[in-house]
Amino acid sequence: MRLWRNLRGWLAALMVMHAVILCAGFFAPYDPVSQDREHPYAPPARIHFRNARGEFHWRPFVYALRPQADSFDSYAEDTTAPIPIHFLVEGARYRLLGVLPWRVHLFGAGDGQTRVALLGTDGYGRDQLSRLLWGGQISLLAGLLATALALGCGLLIGAAAGYWGGWRDEVLMRGAELFLALPWLYLLFALRAFLPLAVTPLEAFFLVCGVIGLVGWARPARLVRGVVLSAKERDYVRAARGFGAGGGYLLRRHILPQTWGVLLTQAAILAPQYVLAEVTLSFLGLGVPEPAPSWGNLLASLQQYSVLTSYWWMSLPALAMTPFFLGYLGLASALQRWADPSKMDSGGMGSNG
Amino acid sequence: MIRYALRRMAHAAFLLAGVSLLTFLFSALAPGKYLDEMKLDPRIAPETIAALRSEYGMDQPLAMRYARWLKALARGDLGYSFAYGQPVGPLLRVRARNTLLLTGISLLLAWSLALPLGIWSAQREGGWPDYLLTAGAAGLLIIPDIVLALGLLIVAVRTGWLPAGGMESVGAESMGWAARVRDTGLHLALPVAALVLSTIPMLVRHVRAAFVEVLDAGYLRAARAHGIPRGRLVWRYGLRAAANPLISLLGLSVGTLLSGSLIVEVVTSWPGLGPFLLEAILARDLYVVIGGVLLSTVFLVCGNLAADLLLYWADPRIRSQGEAA
Repeated sequence: MRLWRNLRGWLAALMVMHAVILCAGFFAPYDPVSQDREHPYAPPARIHFRNARGEFHWRPFVYALRPQADSFDSYAEDTTAPIPIHFLVEGARYRLLGVLPWRVHLFGAGDGQTRVALLGTDGYGRDQLSRLLWGGQISLLAGLLATALALGCGLLIGAAAGYWGGWRDEVLMRGAELFLALPWLYLLFALRAFLPLAVTPLEAFFLVCGVIGLVGWARPARLVRGVVLSAKERDYVRAARGFGAGGGYLLRRHILPQTWGVLLTQAAILAPQYVLAEVTLSFLGLGVPEPAPSWGNLLASLQQYSVLTSYWWMSLPALAMTPFFLGYLGLASALQRWADPSKMDSGGMGSNG
Repeated sequence: MIRYALRRMAHAAFLLAGVSLLTFLFSALAPGKYLDEMKLDPRIAPETIAALRSEYGMDQPLAMRYARWLKALARGDLGYSFAYGQPVGPLLRVRARNTLLLTGISLLLAWSLALPLGIWSAQREGGWPDYLLTAGAAGLLIIPDIVLALGLLIVAVRTGWLPAGGMESVGAESMGWAARVRDTGLHLALPVAALVLSTIPMLVRHVRAAFVEVLDAGYLRAARAHGIPRGRLVWRYGLRAAANPLISLLGLSVGTLLSGSLIVEVVTSWPGLGPFLLEAILARDLYVVIGGVLLSTVFLVCGNLAADLLLYWADPRIRSQGEAA
């Protein structure tokens, strides 16, 4: 019972985090690619409750940032005109959940013009918070799709190897060993190296999912094979075979349902790894290209020395990722304990694969 | 012993052959080659490209090319870099040396920290030091290595304690021997710290788990009851008993470190295989990519082979199995 509660807690936390990312358009005040050339590298907006004369306001407000004359990236707050923050304001059009056209955003400036950048802006004056939320959609979706792909391939190959055995098993498992032997990032690099470089963001997205998913089939395949091997010798499976059940029926009905626990645990372990793989590829410029935001290319600007030293808020997206990894780590260990309470959790994100 | 070693080596050779075939297949299946992109450049005559094609054997079937490449590899020739106009071997050698230096030191440091920490934590299982260490490891585990490397880089740049990036200061060639080693050491500190911090939580967790099991075993309790001092108990008997999973982990951690070093090298601009490979991918420098991937696999396979042999030495069960087979 405690295990189930633990599992449910992690699951709920993850679901809340994913819901925020899924409704990025609502929580993000602006379009992730819309630029504000007047305000490059603006620091995070300060929320005030007390105005210049020291009067207290219940409604939070910000001051507009006026660029200083002497440099392009220093700003001063214009304290003469406070701009109240309103909630549920109309703004840029977006599609909620990717389908419903809507204009309402969680918050925005009361005057409808000033941009409130809670996490600052990048070199094009794009709102970092909006880019972070929208980028999360791309990174998380890429990670989850790649996980689904890897698990799907792993399930097919593992089931085939385990069920048929013999030379097929030998060949498939040798292949799996090969994929496990390579350092995964090098393998990812090798595969990515031979695919076209200049692609549209959408193509790049599917490319990244495909590459990561195809590299990762080996581990789930091995685990699934193990389960299938033991399951096919169980009495009820033999009995069903004795009654004349065919291979497809046996697999579907009696053997594969046994692999659920392994697949779920693997999903929780692999998903953050693959999100991270997308982040890594995009960070290195091999993944989703600008102007589409992704967690990886949000961090890419930190490779410039000047950005790293002068604009501390540009590294905030890195911190925003960690709760997701924490959630997945917790979920994975809760699932492991749930599937096999006798064993301590030992897997995690650090392992090679 | 020899039989076991030979079997492991045959396995390693199989892995290497497979990887070379795999990378070659990738390169063949992929659309868009370096030479195709040269075709788009109006300054290069079609004849030049045709000549290059036949020179590199691009017009031959894949199996022929693979055979040619293998034959060249046997002579130690890794192919030719299109972008550098130079053989790949010497180009890779310098970078590989730097990567080996970085990962080797990180491996040593990570294990020499993780082993005592994990054992210490296991001995106090359930106590607050154990709890604190486990929580700390979990905390580090959720921080991706990119973020870790970037964070350390920011600290280094802000505080100026450590040189941020590169391998040597400007003018290192003119320094004396000792000063040069010290300079390289300072430059190593940042990437090594990033790598060690990103591997250590996994190692500590496994070491702890292995020792929790071993310390609870009957024979160690008996040994304790005989009054054998704790240090000897843990390091002499416990370590031997817990060695098997840990040595397998040692082989695995080589791969983790190699993958990790790729990112860390790019972030901290350590002139190793990582930035070089990245550059080669962006320039579509086919043989450099294949060579780099193959070289990294050689390192990994060597690491695993060493772990296998170490296992043979450490675990009598494997020894008897090895003789029986």
